[in-house]
Amino acid sequence: MSSLRAKIQDVFNEPACEQNRGKDAKARKEGCSKPLTPGAAAGGCAFDGAKIVLQPITDVAHLIHAPLACEGNSWDNRGAASSGPTLWRTSFTTDLTELDVVMGQGERKLFKAIREIKEAYGPPAIFVYPTCVTALIGDDIKAVCRRAAEKFGLPVVPVNAPGFVGSKNLGNKLAGEALLDHVIGTVEPDDAGPYDINILGEFNLSGEFWLVKPLLDRLGIRVRACIPGDARYFDIACAHRARAAMMVCSTALINLARKMEQRWDIRFFEGSFYGITDTSEALRQISQLLVKKGADPEILGRTEALIAEEEAIAWKKLAAYRPRLEGKRVLLNTGGVKSWSVVHALMEIGIEIVGTSVKKSTVEDKERIKQILKDDNHIFEQMAPCELYAMLSEHKADIMLSGGRTQFIALKAKTPWLDINQERQHPYAGYDGMVELVRQIDLAIHNPIWRQVREPAPWDCQPAVREELPSTKSETATLHVVQEFAGTTAGDFGGC
Amino acid sequence: MVRILPQTKAAAINPLKSSQPLGAALAFLGVDGAIPLFHGSQGCTSFALVLFVRHFKEAIPLQTTAMDEVATILGGADHLEEAILNLKARTKPTLIGVCTTALVETRGEDCAGDIANIRLKRREELAGTEVVLANTPDFDGAIEEGWAKAVTAMIERITRPGEQARQSKKIVILPGWNLTVADIEHLREMIESFGLKPVILPDVSGSLDGTVPDRWITTTYGGTSIEDIRELGTAEQCIVIGEHMRRPAELLQRLTGVPYVLFRSLTGLKDADRFVSLLSAVSGAGAPAGVRRRRAQLQDALLDGHFHFGGKKIAIAAEPDQLYQLASFFIGMGSEIAAAVTTTDMSKILEEVPAESVQIGDLGDLEALGAGADLLVTHSHGRQAEQRLGIPLMRVGFPIFDRLGSQHKLTVLYQGTRDLIFEVANIFEANRHAPTPEALDPLRKREMPDELRSSPLARH
Repeated sequence: MSSLRAKIQDVFNEPACEQNRGKDAKARKEGCSKPLTPGAAAGGCAFDGAKIVLQPITDVAHLIHAPLACEGNSWDNRGAASSGPTLWRTSFTTDLTELDVVMGQGERKLFKAIREIKEAYGPPAIFVYPTCVTALIGDDIKAVCRRAAEKFGLPVVPVNAPGFVGSKNLGNKLAGEALLDHVIGTVEPDDAGPYDINILGEFNLSGEFWLVKPLLDRLGIRVRACIPGDARYFDIACAHRARAAMMVCSTALINLARKMEQRWDIRFFEGSFYGITDTSEALRQISQLLVKKGADPEILGRTEALIAEEEAIAWKKLAAYRPRLEGKRVLLNTGGVKSWSVVHALMEIGIEIVGTSVKKSTVEDKERIKQILKDDNHIFEQMAPCELYAMLSEHKADIMLSGGRTQFIALKAKTPWLDINQERQHPYAGYDGMVELVRQIDLAIHNPIWRQVREPAPWDCQPAVREELPSTKSETATLHVVQEFAGTTAGDFGGC
Repeated sequence: MVRILPQTKAAAINPLKSSQPLGAALAFLGVDGAIPLFHGSQGCTSFALVLFVRHFKEAIPLQTTAMDEVATILGGADHLEEAILNLKARTKPTLIGVCTTALVETRGEDCAGDIANIRLKRREELAGTEVVLANTPDFDGAIEEGWAKAVTAMIERITRPGEQARQSKKIVILPGWNLTVADIEHLREMIESFGLKPVILPDVSGSLDGTVPDRWITTTYGGTSIEDIRELGTAEQCIVIGEHMRRPAELLQRLTGVPYVLFRSLTGLKDADRFVSLLSAVSGAGAPAGVRRRRAQLQDALLDGHFHFGGKKIAIAAEPDQLYQLASFFIGMGSEIAAAVTTTDMSKILEEVPAESVQIGDLGDLEALGAGADLLVTHSHGRQAEQRLGIPLMRVGFPIFDRLGSQHKLTVLYQGTRDLIFEVANIFEANRHAPTPEALDPLRKREMPDELRSSPLARH
């Protein structure tokens, strides 16, 4: 536990973190996870965060050393995509029973489990995740992993992030530490080249990185490792030979990016593939970093040409939506996506932003959002569900873009909603992704169900009919009502 | 006699189980104005919540005591108290259902003692809110056990004990967790059609049936009322569905003298007949015309459907009572049970499952044992096995996150059995293979008579 404590302190001290830079030494030591309020908390634990980061590594067996709930309630629940191996979607857990806990059989069971997985699946590596209970009963995961690795001749990586140590975000970072300690740099690639980059914090949700990768291919840039989206163990083990890196989801893996720069001189920048200008800027920065590290400067020109070409196509496609979406009001309730870039593209086609959450945005992001929106009232840290519900049921927005957590607030308020977090069905990265996002907004807003669900029930709005029905004793009156009814729905009753 | 095979693997592969506290929370969600509270780290709650939301496509009230490292070392009583008070102040629930997790149970916390203290100390603040505890460590049991423990705990805490004047028309129903929203609605209508008044605990049909209320509500809306739970003792009869509900039924009987009748399953003609006979006996009324009509429809469905079932090999993975319910249904239609996998060995019902053996295990076991089957029957996580084996999957139980409307699927009594027959037959219809000369070539794959003898039904 003491080494875990030290690790957590180290992560909290992350100098590259913008939030941290604004704090004094004492505040930094206290860490960035706000204390949770019992009975009013939301969000996942550190184990959740660690698994989210590492699980998309597709050819690794992920073994959760815990009683059932940690894995049994959560496996195969995220939309990352793989272009090959499927082992990451197979769930492995030691499923500790009361007997295991009481008799202290945890370590033995874990060792046996590693053997079984090795024999049945022969993965390139096994990642082992202890959780609250196995940390509490003092199972020495590191020792077991070390022995298993020696005995079975494959990397067995301990990912030490039990749930109670903190938030999902802390778990993200501890996962990065596990990669640094045990994986990255363990294999020397024989094909390192001047155009090799790493992408950090890209999860390939709905396969969306595949909307970007062809652009890099076209420029002759090779993705040495995308961590973790669609990654293979070998790619990550060789990731230290990349020349430059882009960090996509800033708060999740900043420690990984900075330490890779420190250890292997891989310079990185923070960027995003959401939004048109952001995508262009990302491509530009990648090329520039590569040139600084010795790549032929001619790539800069080619990059600009590609950007110009792709942007023109994307804006043209987006313009087609302007007549349908101009003046529509969007409420952005998410921090996961770099809001300002999406905001920019939406506003470009005439969509109005009636509010945006900046819970997970950096200081810099907030500034940009402020400039774009011009009105501070539109910016909020977080909105209580009932406030959000009130705002939406008063039709103060035409659509809400958010994550699954607030989905039903919008739907129950009979307001269009689009998922832009991890469970989303559509890829939104890159130029095509932005067009897809706007297309989905259009489809959601203009779906004919909204008129239907907002329609009051007949017994609430047609007093005439309601009055008439109970007293329709006389045949003529009945006939009258039926005729009226049939008249309004002639299409449905056509034949009868 | 069925053989019950214990789990021998160290690594569970693709778990079949959902956790015990999740089962308890589901039961608390069937009470009006309730909010379940997990006593553990925030992840325990978050995982269960996400799974509930994916299954029901509803906002689900579920909270956490958010145990952190300090609480894990020093004890979680303060977190529990703070959580209860916060919930009370913010959402004014009628019931807070505390479900313990492996974390606090491994610490050996005296949660019952803690809650007793909190109730005493905070009597005024907590007025109007029942706080009920279910001890549900994740390292034990699964949904069934958690659900039953929560119902038992509610009866123990809320129901007024002692023999009371009985209302001759009042019937208590204690349904197992595997009954859907549609099942509960159908049961209620059926019972009412005999002139009886059912009180159903838990009643997910009131709370998880997917409606659009006209304001934002942070607890459950609908379900069994606390008042009804308090007055269970005034019922004439209790009807229990599922072996796992025996404990709460026994407790109710011990506390109030209300006798119970236990149905292991309400699926299939015979069990539906038994149920209807019981309602007739209790009410003194004959079966209404509608019920008779439903029975005739089921007879016809049996006739039309049986062609599709005969000789089919079915591989089922489900919690014990649901395994029994489904295995009995398929056997009753002329199919064979090629594989039966379940979550825990704690249920007596396993001895009654009409299969050669029941494996305590996971979906990895289902995939291994069900390789030659015609149909896989389990929850949505069976989709990987479905793909790899190329065998169609019928989704049952929890979680079903990749199909809509699972809570509105009827599975009990005449009508539910009829619907199940059609569902299965349609799956077979949709997956029919056209005959090919290769497959039918008599010289290609000749089965020897001794193979034939071992499984005369297995031919197609």
